[in-house]
Amino acid sequence: MPQHLALRLIQAALVLLAMSFIVYALMGLMPGDPIDLMATGSPTMTPEDVARLKALYGVDKPMIERYGHWLAAALSGDLGYSRLTAQPVLATLGEPLSNTVALMLSSLSLSLLFALPAGIFAALRQGRLIDHGLNLLAFAAISLPVFWLGLVLIIVFAVGLAWLPASGVETVGGGDVLDRLRHLALPVVALAIASFGHYLRYMRAAMIAALRSDYIRTARAKGLSWGQVVWHHALRNAMVPVVTVLALDLGTLFSGVLVTETVFAYPGMGKLIYDAVMGNDYNLALAGLMLATALTLAGSLLADIVYGLLDPRIRLR
Amino acid sequence: MSFCRRLALCLILALGLAAPLAAKAEPRDQLVIGISQFPSNFNPLIEGMVAKNYILGMGLRPFTTYDKDWKLVCLLCTQLPTIENGLAVPETLPNGKKGVALTYTIQPQAKWGDGTPVTTEDVIFTWEVGKHPQSGISNAELFRRIRAIDVKDAKTFTLHVTKLTFDYNAINDFQILPAHLERKAFADPAGYKTHSLFETDTTNPGLYYGPYRVTQVARGQYVVLEANPTWWGKPPAFKRIVVKAIEASPALEANLLSGGLDMIAGELGMTVDAALAFERRKRPEWDVIYKPGLVYDHFTVNVENPALADKRVRQALLYGLDRDSMVRQIFEGKQAVADTMVNPLDWCADPNVRKYPFDTAHAGQLLDAAGWPAGPDGARRNTKGERLSLELMTTAGNRNREVMELYAQQAWKRLGIDVTLRNQPARTFFGETVLHHNFPSLALFAWVSAPENVPRTTLHSDMVPSPANNFAGQNAGGYRSPEMDKLIDAIEIELDRDKRRVLWSQLQALYAEDLPDLPLTFRSDPYVLPKWLKGVEPTGHQAPTTLWVENWRAE
Repeated sequence: MPQHLALRLIQAALVLLAMSFIVYALMGLMPGDPIDLMATGSPTMTPEDVARLKALYGVDKPMIERYGHWLAAALSGDLGYSRLTAQPVLATLGEPLSNTVALMLSSLSLSLLFALPAGIFAALRQGRLIDHGLNLLAFAAISLPVFWLGLVLIIVFAVGLAWLPASGVETVGGGDVLDRLRHLALPVVALAIASFGHYLRYMRAAMIAALRSDYIRTARAKGLSWGQVVWHHALRNAMVPVVTVLALDLGTLFSGVLVTETVFAYPGMGKLIYDAVMGNDYNLALAGLMLATALTLAGSLLADIVYGLLDPRIRLR
Repeated sequence: MSFCRRLALCLILALGLAAPLAAKAEPRDQLVIGISQFPSNFNPLIEGMVAKNYILGMGLRPFTTYDKDWKLVCLLCTQLPTIENGLAVPETLPNGKKGVALTYTIQPQAKWGDGTPVTTEDVIFTWEVGKHPQSGISNAELFRRIRAIDVKDAKTFTLHVTKLTFDYNAINDFQILPAHLERKAFADPAGYKTHSLFETDTTNPGLYYGPYRVTQVARGQYVVLEANPTWWGKPPAFKRIVVKAIEASPALEANLLSGGLDMIAGELGMTVDAALAFERRKRPEWDVIYKPGLVYDHFTVNVENPALADKRVRQALLYGLDRDSMVRQIFEGKQAVADTMVNPLDWCADPNVRKYPFDTAHAGQLLDAAGWPAGPDGARRNTKGERLSLELMTTAGNRNREVMELYAQQAWKRLGIDVTLRNQPARTFFGETVLHHNFPSLALFAWVSAPENVPRTTLHSDMVPSPANNFAGQNAGGYRSPEMDKLIDAIEIELDRDKRRVLWSQLQALYAEDLPDLPLTFRSDPYVLPKWLKGVEPTGHQAPTTLWVENWRAE
């Protein structure tokens, strides 16, 4: 186990290094640099201003040279300043990171809380009315555009009923925990509904496959009760593919909830990374994407560990 | 209906009614404004952006600006220097060129929020920062033009400017910095843009001298401003103003309806189509004001395209496009059709400039004359049999632009022209296509300008983007006209308003004849204001309404 962990950590470091170069190179390939963009929006900028600012921001140097500087600084713990916010990158990441973690964990928990039991139940009642009903619900949840769903939730709960705030993280001036939870409620529900259908379908499919396995038939033949067969044998095996999907979703949830964040004016990592990439803010974009990559890798490692717990045949070597 | 259902319905109705009533009962000493972008930095000299200007308009005041009637006025200064009042004195520079000495006096009562008087020391410091090559100021030209500053006393100073232009006394971008606080941050000029107190200590009261000062910043979310006790002018009516950043128009509207916002700024708020939809839903609590402004939507023509190099083709395109109908259908008539790049509200606009009324017959004749007759299939081909084909480009996802583009495509197809669309994300479109002059036919986008803006950067031959000028020029269509260059040069230095009016007429006539761009509309900014809010006067240009925020009040 320790050997496996060490190997995975080395692999993760190499993946992060490669990712940093790929992201840097891809951003470098994007049309225009930050000063070009500034110049297109500012009619008063002269050619001298453009040359001066390009030199000042270092964008007049070759991409490899700039990447080398960034990497050397990053390895020494200096992630630099964000060009877009004029703040140190770490300070810029702090608030959106905590917002996203809160949003991600809450929505994932809420979604799984309903989706996994519903998926299991649907699999156990396969082909019956309740199974069709749950499938319909899942497809409806999958098909609903998050943007539309978010607006509907705002219109019903913030505009119509005035129960919850329409946007933001807290009441202006700062609020207590309850205030933050009230602000979190609508985006969490929107995201949870959006992912509910996927997890229900994964769980149902995995459970159906597990229930059809030979070992289930053997367990039944040995005289085990249906409950024991389902909970001790089928479910443990069915959870393996679900855990894989969950692990891969961690990175996406971290950086890919741009639409939800936009609708609810919720300042999180998705919007931050998007703005950083579009604004050619290398330092910020790299830090954000590295975090997302690290989270995906951590999720994958976690999944490996969980596989072993779920299925005794799987051992980490 | 069961009891439970009735109870639930009553509860919903009660809550729905109670919330707005409760909101109305609160005293109106706070105003919550929605804008669609959060400023990326707060230093007034580094990288101009609408969101920042909007917020800082409440906390700072430029020396001069254009007011709602598009007249130049003093805000931080006491009197505009003019040649007539003797405060502007033309002078000959050592190189023989003409410059000007401008004497300004700072408002005597002006103090920073920490009680330190605003003085000429701040002016000198700002100039040092502005002209320093490493300070990261985007518009350094203004500061470079100042060759010296003479200090008369703590409040009066004279700028010696190296060029005498008609707008010699407009120093709108000279936003002063507090020397007593910022000098330390400027010790390392290259690090100033990140070490400035505007970024590291944004709520420091000593950074502001306007009617409000920033007291709280939640990055990406909102900025809170509170009345500044050291403000010398008319006391503002609201104790507190909150500016919330909400990017999407539907979310802005939802926040307005839920009571999370009182108003939506016109400068950076809803799009026109979203505001029209909002109006259609009949919300009696709010007024929607459409202020036509200086955002000029047009097709920039690539005049190096063989077909478009012939101005008869360009003219035919404009005759063949029913812009009145387009504006009526898309914008319900809330935007003005443009005849040239000069807004009709500008004093120098020539009402007699050549117009292009919708006339497909005349458009057809012009195309015939240009060597593009229509064949039996209706398609226009030249003598070589080549089809007259145009590619229209604009920013993907910008609904209003895409609809105008579609409208033009249909109109020009009816003339027998093969029109294709190729839209790109804004980043690619502006960062590559427009910047590097890489569109084959027509590019639809907008220019933002100031009143009486001389179109040097957009129409002068020297401003065609190229590696030689670091792609800083904005004459993206490649239009080159010695006559236009001469008029631009002449207007800039003509001080006599009547003579300048004549030159402006000539410039507009040439523009309307040559059509380096195909004018479409002047965009309107939709201001969504609650009926109880009075005193907000949209300007229609780059100076935000917040520069007069002390006149806003609840009635």
